[in-house]
Amino acid sequence: MTATSENLSMVETPGVAWRKQIRFALIGALSTAFIALAGMPVGLDGRSIIQPVLSMGFLSLLWVPFVLATIAGSEVVLEGMTARTRDSKDLLAGGIVGLGSAGGLVLLMVLIQNFNLRDPLVNWSPQLLNLLSFNRSLAVGGLLWVLLGLILGVFGGAMHVLPKKLCSRIRTVVLSVFAVSVLETFLTDLLEGFRLEVLTDFVYYKRGGLEVGGALLVAALALLIPLLVGTRIRDVKKQVVDLPAEERKRVNLILLAVSAALLLVLPFFLGKIANELLANVGLFVLLALGLNVVVGLAGILDLGYVAFFAVGGYTTAVLTSPNSPGFSPELPWPIALIVVVVLTGIVGLFIGAPVIRMRGDYLAIVTLGFGEIIRLLFLSDWLSGWFGGAQGITNIPGVDVGIGTVKGTDPRSVFLLVLVFCAIAIYVSWRLENSRLGRAWMAIREDEDVAEAMGVNTTNTKLMAFVVGAVLASFSGAIFSAKVGSIFPTSFLMLVSIIILVVVIVGGMGNIAGVIVGALVLIGVLGGPKQPGLLQEFSQFKLLIYGALLVWMMLKRPEGLVPNVRRTRELHQDEFLQDAWLKGEIDTGDQEELS
Amino acid sequence: MHLGGLRCNSTTVTLGTDVATTHDAKRISRVLWVDRFLTFIRLAFVVVIAVGLFAFIAQQIDPQNPLARWLNPDATGLTAPQFKGLLVTGLAQGAMYGLIALGYSMVYGVLGFINFAHGEVFMAGAMSGMITSNKLADAGLWEDAFLFCLAFVVITSILISTAVAVIMERIAYRPLRGAPRLIPLITSIGVSFFLQNVSVVLLGPGAKSYPSLPTWLSQKRSLLGFEIEGTKLVVLLTAAVSMAGLWFLVERTKTGKAMRAVAEDKEIAALMGIDVNRTIVTTFAVGGAMAGVAGILWGILFRSVIHTTGFLPGIKAFSAAVVGGIGNLGGAMAGGLSLGAAEATAPLVLLEPLGVDGVSQLRDAVAFAVLIFVLLVRPSGLFGERLSEDDRA
Repeated sequence: MTATSENLSMVETPGVAWRKQIRFALIGALSTAFIALAGMPVGLDGRSIIQPVLSMGFLSLLWVPFVLATIAGSEVVLEGMTARTRDSKDLLAGGIVGLGSAGGLVLLMVLIQNFNLRDPLVNWSPQLLNLLSFNRSLAVGGLLWVLLGLILGVFGGAMHVLPKKLCSRIRTVVLSVFAVSVLETFLTDLLEGFRLEVLTDFVYYKRGGLEVGGALLVAALALLIPLLVGTRIRDVKKQVVDLPAEERKRVNLILLAVSAALLLVLPFFLGKIANELLANVGLFVLLALGLNVVVGLAGILDLGYVAFFAVGGYTTAVLTSPNSPGFSPELPWPIALIVVVVLTGIVGLFIGAPVIRMRGDYLAIVTLGFGEIIRLLFLSDWLSGWFGGAQGITNIPGVDVGIGTVKGTDPRSVFLLVLVFCAIAIYVSWRLENSRLGRAWMAIREDEDVAEAMGVNTTNTKLMAFVVGAVLASFSGAIFSAKVGSIFPTSFLMLVSIIILVVVIVGGMGNIAGVIVGALVLIGVLGGPKQPGLLQEFSQFKLLIYGALLVWMMLKRPEGLVPNVRRTRELHQDEFLQDAWLKGEIDTGDQEELS
Repeated sequence: MHLGGLRCNSTTVTLGTDVATTHDAKRISRVLWVDRFLTFIRLAFVVVIAVGLFAFIAQQIDPQNPLARWLNPDATGLTAPQFKGLLVTGLAQGAMYGLIALGYSMVYGVLGFINFAHGEVFMAGAMSGMITSNKLADAGLWEDAFLFCLAFVVITSILISTAVAVIMERIAYRPLRGAPRLIPLITSIGVSFFLQNVSVVLLGPGAKSYPSLPTWLSQKRSLLGFEIEGTKLVVLLTAAVSMAGLWFLVERTKTGKAMRAVAEDKEIAALMGIDVNRTIVTTFAVGGAMAGVAGILWGILFRSVIHTTGFLPGIKAFSAAVVGGIGNLGGAMAGGLSLGAAEATAPLVLLEPLGVDGVSQLRDAVAFAVLIFVLLVRPSGLFGERLSEDDRA
């Protein structure tokens, strides 16, 4: 056994895989042509990243050669192999990918000049051609793109040649400039809260985007801050980790308390837009935490999750609004909430009971069916006497909390309310995850038959997942209807279920922190089904990006951005086994025979 | 005719029922409240259907009779031509669902997961049909040489749909073979969402229409006492022809044998010298071609297509596949026809006599209710499912 692993450790990874590079060059060509035809360069041209130099439109094309060259250059180093030293061939490989990506674009430009396919393809326009050729002739534009592609491709390849430390520095700088530019609305709002308009005026251009000077400043900060405080932070971290368990717990608690206090104070320093944005993110955090219990912990793919959101929203509307057509008790919101929670829990049982024994994929489609049925019922003329049909229910009062009313016109109060409920939801999910019930959920997710054999009552446990998920969604629905003030069936399309699913999966199934990060990144930056995010220009592309992201995450990183350790093990079992075999940790039968 | 049909038919059935009964016996031994609740739901479904039918019959005998009056004060009753019209419309749509359902059923039989994005393959077929037929109409050929044009349109949209299905398999599903069951399912939802929005960004968000059809095609003809519009007749005939072609492919050719073998057991099939990857691609391609045909039929029936065209018919087609018994190709077509007929007639036959307002809005809800009902009462579908042991888990 030891002999095997020694032998393997001599093996170097093979050299540049040229066929792979050519494949990636073709993928690059298709991607750039597709992005151009999808209208991203033209549609996003208005949003600049660095004022006169770079707009989001061009960025939507420029990342392709760089990222693809980097991916094409990466090689899997299996356990027991050593990575080869990289040389100039890798630069050439990157260049090929870059050239391919630019080639797709040049070909598209030539085609646009000579043919007119505007009829089916809406973005096949002279405007696109002008933009792509930098308002110059086709030849100049094409040449520029080839050059740009080559440079960026070589750069992408160089990410494997340059020393690791330098690469990570470059990455930090580029990402921070991008992030600061994307977060413009939010940061301006925040800095204005602290009366620091001078800083924002220096960094940001008047009509969006960074000034060149501002970009340089951000880049310099991103370069310097890790240099200055990086080692110190590492020391502090090490000290905390080295503390005895009890002390560490106390430190963690203090950190939690401080961040909670900061979050509670934050809304008072933010303007309307940022508060509104964060309130929307919070609503989706609530929904995603609920779906996380169902999908992430119990492993039940519920595609009709929006039904619970709808029931929560509609019940609140019926109970509190004076305009509710059928039954209008005009209860105050907190009392209505109790009814809402109980009712949604019952609906969770009703939907859960018939589907609980079905195969996983049947369950998905039947829950989807339930979601649609509930929306159609709210929309129908049949029940319009209670729910108002397509006209919905309007004039829903805000939440009266004594010192004031929480209403959509005052996003700060909504954000505070959402924050309170998020805290409840996080606490509930966290306690549940480590409880007997949570462990039962995870056991069912991993293997239902084994869980049953171990004495888990699978039926009740799965139903509990449905009910908990439903209740968390009903919180969101109740706040949503009080926030918006009116409620329509169009707010509860199947689309919403899918977007919540994307949030959970991109963030990390089964991980509370992951789900929150997912909601912040996706809903905050790209926007929800109807709510705009920081990148409002993206609204026509966000669903496309959600779809692509879902596929990409499933293929490359099914455990999500912030992975849950146990879930990662499950999803990458094969790889773990393979590495373990190479390390000689697992005895396989055939090796015993050999010895 | 079914995938996985290498097994003798009769043994499959007995095996299936044996397994089912022992399974049920285990459940019954400790009756849970969930079981009682399920029985209650099943009964409720049956009662609604029975009362609805009874009220319908009462209303047909005389709209003024007290029972019909009591349930629905505005009862008018259906005339025979109205009912026949509904039935024909439902069957034509059902035949289309059936064609799409074949793709779901075959992929489920072979890979054991729902390819959610199959509805979008159908949409791609309808979209490409729209583009080519409009181009031909612009060139002035559509009216003059209609049949030639139609053949061209059908061939292009079959090619496009097949290409979409094959590329989808290669990029999104092949790397995931052997992953936990939920993973390919979630991926297919992502693919579906992505393809829908690709159509939005490339072709624009609005609804697009097909050029008008020649009158000899769209005029009504009477056949066997039914007044059928020519388009619906075309849809039914095309579905029958495609179904026959598929039957020949699956049952009488080597490719079909390979498909059935792979559906039965991938590893053993590979040991027998069958190229599993290639067979799976073929399955996707055949399913894609059927969806392409269905796309053109959609264009002929409704003459309008939008990016969400694939979504609901896709879900309904999957329901049809489940209703007929997944993996069972004849069942898929039969399921499609029955789902189409149920969805067209049930709102007026069952719900209207019960006094439900605006029943036509509830068509889709009826389709989903049929799915839920079938899964509650007979989870293996009306005609029995044909799956390998692994996929049945």
